[in-house]
Amino acid sequence: MLKRTGRLALAAAVGLGLAAGAGAAKAETPKHGGILNFVVGSNIPSFDGHQETTFGMIHPIRPFYSLIIRVNPNNPADPTDFECDLCEGKVPEPTENGTKYTFKLRHGVTFHDGTPFTSADAKATMDKIVFPPEGVPSARKAFFRAVESITTPDDYTIVFKLKFPTAVFIPALATPFNFIYSKKDLDEHGYEWHKSNVNGTGPFKFVQYQPGAFVEGIRNENYHFQGRPYLDGFKAIAAPKMAVRLQAIRGDRAAIEFRGFPPKARDDLVKALGDKITVQESDWNCVLLATPNQLHKPFDDKRVRQALTLSVDRWGGSKYLSQIAIVKTVGGVMFPNHPLAATKEELMKLKGYGADIEASRAEAKKLLADAGQSALKVDFSNRGVDQPYKVVGTWLVDQWRKVGIQATQRVQPSGPFYDTLRKKKDFDVSADFNCQSVINPVADMTKFLGSAGNNYANFKDPELEAIYAKIEKEGDAKVLRQLVRQYETRSLSDEASGIITLWWYKINPYRSYVKGWKIAPSHYLAQHLDQIWLDK
Amino acid sequence: MSKYILKRVLLMIPTLIGAGVLVFFLLRLIPGDVCELRFAGTGLYVDQEQIDICRSNLGIDRPIFIQFIDFIVGFFTFNLGDSMWTGQPIVHEIGLRFQLSLQVAIMATVVAVIIAIPLGAISALKQDTWLDYAVRTFSIAGIAIPSFWLGIMIILGLLIMTQAITGVPWMPPIDYKPIWVDPMYNLSQLIWPAVATGYRYSAVATRMTRSALLEVMREDYIRTARAKGMVERIVINRHALKNAMLPVVTIIGIEFAFLMGGLVVTEQVFNLNGLGKLFVESVTQNDYALTQALVMMVVLIFVMTNFFIDLCYAWLDPRIRYS
Repeated sequence: MLKRTGRLALAAAVGLGLAAGAGAAKAETPKHGGILNFVVGSNIPSFDGHQETTFGMIHPIRPFYSLIIRVNPNNPADPTDFECDLCEGKVPEPTENGTKYTFKLRHGVTFHDGTPFTSADAKATMDKIVFPPEGVPSARKAFFRAVESITTPDDYTIVFKLKFPTAVFIPALATPFNFIYSKKDLDEHGYEWHKSNVNGTGPFKFVQYQPGAFVEGIRNENYHFQGRPYLDGFKAIAAPKMAVRLQAIRGDRAAIEFRGFPPKARDDLVKALGDKITVQESDWNCVLLATPNQLHKPFDDKRVRQALTLSVDRWGGSKYLSQIAIVKTVGGVMFPNHPLAATKEELMKLKGYGADIEASRAEAKKLLADAGQSALKVDFSNRGVDQPYKVVGTWLVDQWRKVGIQATQRVQPSGPFYDTLRKKKDFDVSADFNCQSVINPVADMTKFLGSAGNNYANFKDPELEAIYAKIEKEGDAKVLRQLVRQYETRSLSDEASGIITLWWYKINPYRSYVKGWKIAPSHYLAQHLDQIWLDK
Repeated sequence: MSKYILKRVLLMIPTLIGAGVLVFFLLRLIPGDVCELRFAGTGLYVDQEQIDICRSNLGIDRPIFIQFIDFIVGFFTFNLGDSMWTGQPIVHEIGLRFQLSLQVAIMATVVAVIIAIPLGAISALKQDTWLDYAVRTFSIAGIAIPSFWLGIMIILGLLIMTQAITGVPWMPPIDYKPIWVDPMYNLSQLIWPAVATGYRYSAVATRMTRSALLEVMREDYIRTARAKGMVERIVINRHALKNAMLPVVTIIGIEFAFLMGGLVVTEQVFNLNGLGKLFVESVTQNDYALTQALVMMVVLIFVMTNFFIDLCYAWLDPRIRYS
């Protein structure tokens, strides 16, 4: 048994070592050619990036489009590294006290149908996203509420004028859903056309889509990044079952799956294929929460909410849950690797984050007794998805039991679960998550505001809102950091209106012949595929 | 015979209407809707205004009675509308999957019939011999083993065995190509689910063939045929087997109809883009329009299959068509 475990560990180390060394290794010369087959664990609702929110659309459709700016695919782990895609040169610094961004756009770019790209296309697209006409959905309109106007002084310049300086704008613009459409298509075909048609300026041209099965693309010879893409084409195969996706990589029906696998799947692949598998791992810009419903008594009592968070052993959970689930990192309201995120010392000052779990649990018991809730019963609503909801949910129930809280886990499929969470609101505590694409710290942390459309704790906290209002408009990094700590302390500790369990952890095992892909902290990022090549 | 057929056709209409009413209202009892899932289900920002626009565009904010009238009128005018999730025409969505599901159903039926009728007949004719016991064990195992589990074992077995033999693991393709485009690719993908489902299907039919044949073999007319000095092969093939086929045809028909929409888990195991997978996806996505269309299609398949079974009965047993 020891021998077997040792072999597995060695193999995993080989795979992981390859991944870790990938960055340090001497740069390999990319080879042109080949078709990349990859599996996608979801189906495409429509092709329209402006109204969709799922990676099931991003993975197969993103390679057909370009953005104005994008996350640097060679350094996607850095949450502040953006590069020009359709703009020229470097991402511009703001002028006029941070309220004006002027982007110079590339010359000579054409859409796949041959139409030349100009600033009119960028403006028409951004107008659709930022100021959509009545009845036209735009899932990320709220990202751009600081935008006052979009103008085009000439054919290759676009200017965004903001109402106030904000750190939200640049990451929002780099969001991978902001596909640039042709003005001609929008004018001639209307706003619904892109739901089922593709015409972009991206590295690949659309070939075919078989609903529920696959999407195919071929190389765009006129792509604006010289010499790229390296691949002749790609095929994105829909495979909703994780076991199929895993077997597909093992049987080489697919080379990669970009969303991520749990640790056991990684170990199985490495065990079966050894160095033919490379593994990259990263913190994931998704966090799993337990949300107490303040409409339900006694969860309107902050002592009860604090007891719920104090009883959770996050450091222990990180160690053990990370062996079976896609969660790992202990963190606060901010993505763990971001410069604005709390350090370990800062985190440990928050309730429920201390090193001494027994002391925390003793405090939890005392708070429950003070609130007259020593025999508290909790109806815990959870989503019927294994990773990580049910795994972490089961762990949470056990954690609460250790301070005498009797929690019953009510697992429902996604539809009824969201109905409970958003409409019926008939739960005591619910599993919830915040999963974003580009790390946009100031926007991402709105999740914890009572007024946020995606906060389901049903509370009002004017003090927290006031802190956020300052954060939104603060330009000084040092002051901003202090404000974020205030916000975090109030939300997670003083009021405990939100309870963070653990941040997700992304694990991507894939065929070693896939080169040039670097893991990003989100499964929505770096999916244009223009940097990927096959070493076959 | 024409009166018999007309009666059967008329009976289909109330069945279809009843199924339509049930599926429409039962679906609306499931909490949540497609727009909630689309915008809230990914964990990204949620804007209630966007959810309301989505509901308005799909028409699910209208009074339920108006939606019901639309559905019934659409069904009887063959206008099934668009999928609420993908926005694609439902006829197109179903059509794509139909050919795959039909091919798997036909292949599984062929596998089942090839196995079931000879084995069932041997088992009956060699009753209580080791051969009978072997066939019964084989068929009971087929009933006991779920098709999806067998499917998982087949895939794992292929991966492990091919890696052990050739050093390179092989598994069936996970994307579909029609048989007329690439026959080898097509068959290398679909033969495995056909075997996995055909085995269970054959097990049911084997047992039915055995028991029906045993019953027929004890009939007076069989004894009479033998007494006339008829060759045993003709007694079995012409008199016994044909009459024993009545319940077997029923089983084959019902199983075939089931395969057309019921291979929910097996299709997921083999990543087949068939009707069963579409069914699951439409229900989990609260895509009312697509689920309604699929349920009505399955009801129609069952109704039509039963209709053809009734016609087969009438052909196999003249007493039925004359009564």
